[in-house]
Amino acid sequence: MKQIVTLLCLAFFASVPMWLTDPYLLNALITTGIFIIGAMSLNLLLGFTGQLSLGHIAFFGIGAYVSALTSLGFDVPIYGDFHIVHVPWPPIAGFLLAIVISGFCGYLVGRLSFSVRGAYFVIVTISFAEVVRLVALNWVELTQGPLALTNIPSITIGLPGLGYLVLKTKFHNYYLVLAVAAISYFLISRLVHSHYGRAMRGLMENETLAVAVGIDVTKTLTLAAVISAGIAGAAGSLYAHYIRIIDPDVFAFISTVTMVIMVVSGGKGSLAGPVVGGVIFGLLPVFLRPIMPPEAQWITYGVVLIVILFVMPRGIVPSLAAKLGLARAGGTRRASVAVSERTAEEHA
Amino acid sequence: MDQLLQHLVNMLVLGGTYALLGIGLTLIFGIMNVVNFTHGILYTFGAYMMFIVVHQLGLNFFLALPVAIVAGWLLGALIEITLLRPLRGADIDTTMLVMIGAWIAMQSGALWIWGGVAKSIDNPFPDAPLVIGPVSVSWLRLFVLFAAALLIVLAYSLINLTKLGKAMRATFQDSDTAALMGVNVSLIYTSTFAIGSSLAAAAGALLGPVYVVFPQMGDLAAVKAFAIVILGGLGNITGAVIGGFILALAEELGAGYVSSGYRDAMGFLIIIMVLIFKPTGLFARAERVG
Repeated sequence: MKQIVTLLCLAFFASVPMWLTDPYLLNALITTGIFIIGAMSLNLLLGFTGQLSLGHIAFFGIGAYVSALTSLGFDVPIYGDFHIVHVPWPPIAGFLLAIVISGFCGYLVGRLSFSVRGAYFVIVTISFAEVVRLVALNWVELTQGPLALTNIPSITIGLPGLGYLVLKTKFHNYYLVLAVAAISYFLISRLVHSHYGRAMRGLMENETLAVAVGIDVTKTLTLAAVISAGIAGAAGSLYAHYIRIIDPDVFAFISTVTMVIMVVSGGKGSLAGPVVGGVIFGLLPVFLRPIMPPEAQWITYGVVLIVILFVMPRGIVPSLAAKLGLARAGGTRRASVAVSERTAEEHA
Repeated sequence: MDQLLQHLVNMLVLGGTYALLGIGLTLIFGIMNVVNFTHGILYTFGAYMMFIVVHQLGLNFFLALPVAIVAGWLLGALIEITLLRPLRGADIDTTMLVMIGAWIAMQSGALWIWGGVAKSIDNPFPDAPLVIGPVSVSWLRLFVLFAAALLIVLAYSLINLTKLGKAMRATFQDSDTAALMGVNVSLIYTSTFAIGSSLAAAAGALLGPVYVVFPQMGDLAAVKAFAIVILGGLGNITGAVIGGFILALAEELGAGYVSSGYRDAMGFLIIIMVLIFKPTGLFARAERVG
């Protein structure tokens, strides 16, 4: 049943460019799609392990820069006459490298910051993102700083026997983003339904209990961080090759907030949550733009976030699922939360 | 050596206002367990109050500071009553996200009302700096240093010598027991948030005339405040003061001897280092943060 709904949604998304020809709307859909991939990866951390990373845009931005630099090449003086020179590689290699390097950064950040929890974890992740942004801004020899990296080539796919396909048009990029989004969704879905996923949920609900039954906390959290960062890096790479110009503003804190809003409004810990929240908040500016100035749009953004947290703290998808009685998982979740609350009370 | 002396003097001026920011946030974070993302906007708000009083109302520069502090107090109380009071008992992530929403809305509001162009605030002090040997410091900065020192002493006395301060400290230690002893915890939360906010507004009002005033000026200030709080330990006023000066020193030395582009990276690096190596802060008694 659930799989049929997922496939129907996928088919619907796949049909969009057939009947939607307005380039502005298609562009909004592509960037929204890229951010939805980022939000899905954030949801893996926030919704399934309970760790609120507010530095998630760092992995997105690292992916964008790695991919852009791999396909543009660079010549960076390190010390004296010693230079590191890199000749341009095809963009698809940049895409893969972006995933690997972002994932590796996720590993490092995870190893370092999972020793603290809650507010401290949030602040470490913000700091990491800001340090990366300042490096991108100040290491001008590598990143061009505020002058931006320009003329980033579009992703090219080699088809055996058919030559090369340059994914330059919006039509092509839409399907590229959709394909990456679908693969990410599938991967995350497989992960959270595996025993690693159950370990993550266990950790989120009661860490002490999870440790007591033998779950390796750091290993589980780091695994989630690596996969999450890798997917965010893939999204960043798509962004770089679609927009074709990136500057240190890709690390803007507000982009992390946008992803958090998508996850929280859609429903953290629900696979469809970031997609639903992402479609709503990604397209909200499109509808607000004709009726209000940009400042008022952002005010609306902030107010809507607050209202959602007050009215639907669990998010749209879980709230609707509970209403429609589809909430088998929700029911067990509530029961286990009640259990863990009771244990917590006994602790206290 | 002369250059170092100059950096130390600059550090004192900057550190005083950082300490104000840090005290405000450490009170809110420590007592209420709220990660207050509106702290930076209160800083911005204080600076704009200064601008309004001096330039739009044409009143005295020295009158503007108390006005900014009172306005910050009122706005803080308003935020607490409308947004945090209904969420009492909600988990820390929820209140944090609500604060982020409030921050986005208020910052965009500031951008809408006052525009994005940076504004400077005139001050009544002579332009020529005070020169002592190799070191020079402007009169305005000296005033900022003394005003900040005065406010730090005031805040310190409020928390350590008054009945309200005692109730705040009791709430920080154990809010349930404090409530049982007849402390109106809800009122303490509102007062704490209002006092913390007024200190942030004071810091903004003091640094506004030194630099320029623009809607996003509070973003970095907020992160620096977090760095100070983490450095000093949660809810530790003395720690926040020392933390403010350490951060100012790190920034001055970083800007002077490494690269001015990385001045603002110092706060973040300090946060990362402290949380990795000494997560309870440099001066805190042992406390679980994990």
